[in-house]
Amino acid sequence: MNTVSLKDSCDDAFIAEVEQESEQKVNTCYQCGNCTAGCPYSSFYDYPVSQIMRLLQAGQKETILSSHSLWLCATCESCTTRCPNEIDVARIMDVLRHMARRAGYAPERAVKTFWDSFLDSVEKHGRVFEMGLVARYIAKTGRVLTDADLGVDMLPKGKLSFKPHPIVGKESVAKIFKRYNEERES
Amino acid sequence: MSGTYAYYPGCSGLGTSVEYDLSTRAICRELGIELVDIPDWSCCGSTPAHTVDHTLSCALSARNIFQAESLDVDGIITPCPSCLTNLKTASHRMQNDAFKARVERLLDGPVENRLPIMSVLQVLFETIGPAAIAEKVTEPLTGLRLAPYYGCIMNRPPEIMDFDDCENPVAMDELMTALGADVAPFPLKVECCGASFGVARKDMVMKLSGRLLDLAEDVSAHAMVTACPLCQMNLDLRQKQINSAHKAKHRMPVFYYTQLIGKALGMGEESLMLDKLIVPPSVAFRKMDEVRRSAS
Repeated sequence: MNTVSLKDSCDDAFIAEVEQESEQKVNTCYQCGNCTAGCPYSSFYDYPVSQIMRLLQAGQKETILSSHSLWLCATCESCTTRCPNEIDVARIMDVLRHMARRAGYAPERAVKTFWDSFLDSVEKHGRVFEMGLVARYIAKTGRVLTDADLGVDMLPKGKLSFKPHPIVGKESVAKIFKRYNEERES
Repeated sequence: MSGTYAYYPGCSGLGTSVEYDLSTRAICRELGIELVDIPDWSCCGSTPAHTVDHTLSCALSARNIFQAESLDVDGIITPCPSCLTNLKTASHRMQNDAFKARVERLLDGPVENRLPIMSVLQVLFETIGPAAIAEKVTEPLTGLRLAPYYGCIMNRPPEIMDFDDCENPVAMDELMTALGADVAPFPLKVECCGASFGVARKDMVMKLSGRLLDLAEDVSAHAMVTACPLCQMNLDLRQKQINSAHKAKHRMPVFYYTQLIGKALGMGEESLMLDKLIVPPSVAFRKMDEVRRSAS
């Protein structure tokens, strides 16, 4: 059990920022643990989701933003669906990883690389190109054997497309990313 | 005609779930649901986009809503739960004018946000209905025991998805029963399969999808039936990986529910693409035949 001195380390601005971005009230959580009980990912987390909520109430920014849990949440919506106080917990987890990303944390490097490679593919083609996505992920992570075994089953099924399916309006999709990046930098 | 809808299959429909798109189109044609492809639809950004930023994620879906607004349709429908949740979340959040304005700043123009958004499953269930489908069955699935698996986001969160029960959905159960199949109780109907972590954290998919396959065996299912391309891929394509990770011997076919509707309606293999499934469907159909023989 960790002991935290709230007098020295509670970051009120952090709590306010999370509440504003998620449109949720973090102090309505009374630690019933229903979210953690239903979370399929608890066994992979360093802090189960109810502890993330408690750390958030205590303003423990550094501990939360550096946690692995944020990157391993699949947004399956179990926590949100089952919270008796109607807190959108999955949305809070999403907002926390937005903040972790902006602050430069990525303890689950491969997960971040996969997500980034996915969005690179959307930005480039307007639609995800599955083979290109995996190739890019492998190039960035060096994990050359990623799912190589699946190719044996997929190839004869003709499910692997070796060419992207770019859309006519791919520029308009690229522009969504461009405007988003410009807004973020300004 | 039972309605005209703007439609897009999602990116996986062009590759790993081509059979879901094709069988969806085939049964909609058969049941009088007209699908109009959303012109030049784009990717919704799926999970990766909403893990980066909600305005960006909603803008990617809003582009598809915008593209559909030029069509004369009753709503927007998609077979893919990930596209669906992103479309519905975008539409829901854009009811807030300030947020909508932020989304529109990323787009080429304003979005009306007036079209209802539903899954293909919802339209089949509510507009056509199990009884009407049962009347059209020519090759009933009598004897086929199915584990119905909905995945985590088809019905959750209920405030946004607004269809069926969020803990115990039954739409697919009732459709399969209407086809003559024997639907097993499946308590993990809405448990997550490991989602898109198959590439970066395969261990998580092995554990979560492994548990689903174990339960399907425990309830004596001949096959699983699902409505999500990612669930289907984790359970079917990765079944061999799960077997070697857990020293298991699963050989459990995993159908899209649209393929089974098509089969019961007597549609040909070529429009259902049953041969695209990795674990061969014949494994389940053989068991179905055994049940029929022992009952006669």
